[in-house]
Amino acid sequence: MTTYSTNQFKAGLKVMLDGSPCAIVENEFVKPGKGQAFNRVKIRNLKTGRVIERTFKSGDTLEGADVVDREMQYLYSDGEYWHFMDAASFEQLSASETMMADARLWLKGQETCVVTLWNGEPMSVAPPNFVILEITETDPGIRGDTATGGTKPATLETGAVVKVPLFVEVHELIKIDTRTGAYVARAKE
Amino acid sequence: MISSARPSPEIAWKPGASWEVLRLRAELLAKIRAFFTARSVLEVETPVLSRAGITDPQLLSLSTRLQLPGAAASQVLYLQTSPEFAMKRLLASGSGPIYQIARVFRDGESGRLHNPEFTLIEWYQPDHDHHALMDEAESLVADLIDLGACQRMSYSEAFVTQAGFDPHREKTSKLALHAERLGLHLGGDAMHDPHIYLDLILSHVVAPRLGKGQPCFIYDYPVRQAALARIRDDDPPVAERFELFVHGMELASGYHELADPIEQRRRFESDLEGRRRSGAPEMPIDERLLEALAHGLPACAGCALGFDRLVMLAAGARDIQEVLAFPVAVA
Repeated sequence: MTTYSTNQFKAGLKVMLDGSPCAIVENEFVKPGKGQAFNRVKIRNLKTGRVIERTFKSGDTLEGADVVDREMQYLYSDGEYWHFMDAASFEQLSASETMMADARLWLKGQETCVVTLWNGEPMSVAPPNFVILEITETDPGIRGDTATGGTKPATLETGAVVKVPLFVEVHELIKIDTRTGAYVARAKE
Repeated sequence: MISSARPSPEIAWKPGASWEVLRLRAELLAKIRAFFTARSVLEVETPVLSRAGITDPQLLSLSTRLQLPGAAASQVLYLQTSPEFAMKRLLASGSGPIYQIARVFRDGESGRLHNPEFTLIEWYQPDHDHHALMDEAESLVADLIDLGACQRMSYSEAFVTQAGFDPHREKTSKLALHAERLGLHLGGDAMHDPHIYLDLILSHVVAPRLGKGQPCFIYDYPVRQAALARIRDDDPPVAERFELFVHGMELASGYHELADPIEQRRRFESDLEGRRRSGAPEMPIDERLLEALAHGLPACAGCALGFDRLVMLAAGARDIQEVLAFPVAVA
C-alpha cells in the first residue's frame, strides 16, 4: 500500500489512522520561524463519521487507505440487507443496517447512491442530497397558511418522519435535503 | 477590514490580492522607510544568492546554478533564507545601524501563514540588547498599525502561565503527557527530542493563548534554541532571543547577537551534525561570516519582521495569499 508523507496531505486524501480508514478534511502547516514544522490535521473517521484533530511532525507518514466511492443504484431491501447495483457492470453489493445508517430513511428504490468501499467491502452509503417522497400521514393542512411559519410532523412513504409546513397535505410529494433531513419545497414529480 | 478574493484558477493571470491591499503594502513600505530614516538607520541591500547556505536543520534553502564566463564548471548558489550573514559582514566593517527590506526564500514552507518566497524587514542596532530592540520593534509596529501596547513575558513565564509547567526544568518524559493534557494528539512517530515538544506546545497552545487582542513578546529562550543569540549565564542559562506574537501568529524574531566566532563555528557544526542525523542536505558553512566575526562584530541586537504578515494584520486578512500580488501557486 502507498504511504503518504505530510507534504502530500490534502483534503480528501484517504489514509489509515489507528487502524481505521479516514479522510483528511483540513491540513494546516504550522511552523515557528526557528524550530520544528508541524501539520495540524483534521481527519474524518470514515466508519464513525467523527472528525478528530491530530498533529504530525512534518515528514511523518501515514499508510494510504484503499477506499473508493462508487455510484450505485439502490434496488431493494430484504429487511436485513440493502442491495445496490453498478449500472455499468451490473455487479451487485449489499449493505447492512449499520452501514446504511440514516441513508435507509430516504430510499424507496432506483436512487443513485454513493457506496463507499474499503478493501472492496461496502463501508457506508450516502443517499442523493435531495430526494422526492410522498407524505403518507400528517394532520390535515391549514389552507393558505404560508405565513405563520408553523410546522407539523409528517410520515413519508419510506417511514421517515420530517417536519413540514402546516399547509402541506397528505399524499403530496415533497423535496427533502437528506444531509439535514429538512423539508425544502413541495414537488410535482 | 479589507476583503480580497483568492485567485481563482480560470483567471490565473490576475493578482491574488486586491488593489486596496496592494496599495496598503506600498504605504506600509513607505512608512517603514520613514521610520528608519528618522532614526538614522541606513537602508542597505545585500545579495539574494550566496555560496554559503543556512545550516539551521529546520530551514531548507533553495539553490540555483551559476555559470561564470570562462569557468570550467557551474557552481551552486543558495537563495538567502534571511539576509542576516551579509548584514553582519556590513556591521563588522563599520556600517553602524542598518536595515533592509529583503526578499527571502524557504523551501518546503507553504500554508495559511507561509509562502516559500516572502519579505522580511530586518534591522540591526549597535549597543542594543534584546530588550532595547523589543522597545524599537514595538515603536515600529505602533507606527504602522494600531494593535495597542505589547505585553512582555519570559519564555518560562509564558509556559508556566499558559501551559502549566516550567519548560527549562521539566523532565523530557513528562513533556509528552503535557502535550496530551493540553489537547495535542500526535498522529505520527514518537518524538524523542524534548525541544520538538516545546516547539509543538509553544506554537499550538502557548502562543495562541498569549496576548489575546494584544501583541506579546516572549524572551529568554532555552539555550538549545539559541540559534544566533547570545547565551546569558543565569540559572538556568538562557538564550537572549525574543519573538513577537499577535493573535498566536509569529510576527517578528530578534536576537542579542552572538559575536564570538569560536562559539558561532561550534553552533554551525552542531547544526550540520543535526542535519546528518535527520537526513537534511549538508550546507557549506559561511566562512566569510566567521572571518567578519573574528575581525569583530560590534555588540548589537537584530530583528526580522515578517512584512507580509504585518500587511495581513493591517488588512484583516486570514491567508497570506490575500496580501501577495502573485502567491507561489500563480507565480
